[in-house]
Amino acid sequence: MCRVVDLQQSVLAKNDEYAQRLRADMAARGATVVNLLSSPGSGKTALLELELSTARQRGLTVAALTADLATENDAVRLARSGAPVKQVLTDGLCHLEARMLAGHLDGWLPEATRLLFVENVGNLVCPASYDLGESLRVVLASVTEGEDKPLKYPTAFGLAHLVVVTKTDIARAVGFDEAAFRANVAQVNPGVEVLLTSARRGQGVGALLDRALAAGDGAEVHRPVMAVPSAHHHS
Amino acid sequence: MSIAMAVVEQVAAAARDAGVDSVQQVRLEVGELAGVVPDALDFSFELACAGTALEGAELIAEPVPGRARCEECRAEWPTGMPPQLRCPRCAVSTGQLLSGRELRITSVRWAGEPEEPEPVRVREEC
Repeated sequence: MCRVVDLQQSVLAKNDEYAQRLRADMAARGATVVNLLSSPGSGKTALLELELSTARQRGLTVAALTADLATENDAVRLARSGAPVKQVLTDGLCHLEARMLAGHLDGWLPEATRLLFVENVGNLVCPASYDLGESLRVVLASVTEGEDKPLKYPTAFGLAHLVVVTKTDIARAVGFDEAAFRANVAQVNPGVEVLLTSARRGQGVGALLDRALAAGDGAEVHRPVMAVPSAHHHS
Repeated sequence: MSIAMAVVEQVAAAARDAGVDSVQQVRLEVGELAGVVPDALDFSFELACAGTALEGAELIAEPVPGRARCEECRAEWPTGMPPQLRCPRCAVSTGQLLSGRELRITSVRWAGEPEEPEPVRVREEC
């Protein structure tokens, strides 16, 4: 008997399977998952607050699940929109996984929900590797974070279906070089849309909502070069 | 850390299935663009192995370089890190990734089993 065994197992295969199942479950009930990824402090929560209230003004049934290492502050902020909000404390874990998400949605997600925003843990490393069954993966960066952010976190930006720039209202004050940022995004994720937003001015809020709805309605979503499904499964 | 834990979990499950209680070595293919830092993985692997069938096991991470090809002009290039995924020759945004996203357990070596004796070959045919 041989002592060395060929295993040929993708490390993320299990999560990918759960994610596929969740995506199918969500589709069957008419819900779309939007996965929001960014560094801490990029303004995810502020933008999400506006997305939720704008969606409700449009008569859309939305919900949000927000994950943090600690505190329920974000859920309190998001709940002001009137949308159902759930806070998940990851207990030290730096990202969400598909199975965890499915467990949290079970018995909570309101039946008629059309859009579910998942605010991932503020981190651009580990969350990038975990498919959450989303139809749209949005990676956010604020104008204060530096134009080279996409190069520093190429997996996160490289796998985004949509890149969102936040806090554009202070872009000039902090000397944000939009062209350089766009060039860096294009290097790791050619063809991905970059959407400019400002929670303070309400810029881009409706556009982001439109992209999420379109993804849910089966519109073709950008396919990143880095998204090679076979990379995890070939044997 | 979560990646290391996933590796340990999967290998431990394979060991159970094989009726083996100790693992000596794990081989992993780690793509340049897999989003995993090999040094960090090494460190977390050791921690994740504690108290499992993998305690003390060696992790061998084999790097897989990122390579891309342009669907327009068929040029092939190493992506580098941070990766260049636009075609450096024609700048058309239709790059295709050929390799670099691997994150795969390729083989494991169980401990404690007797080494298979090298078959004795008469090397006359060479």
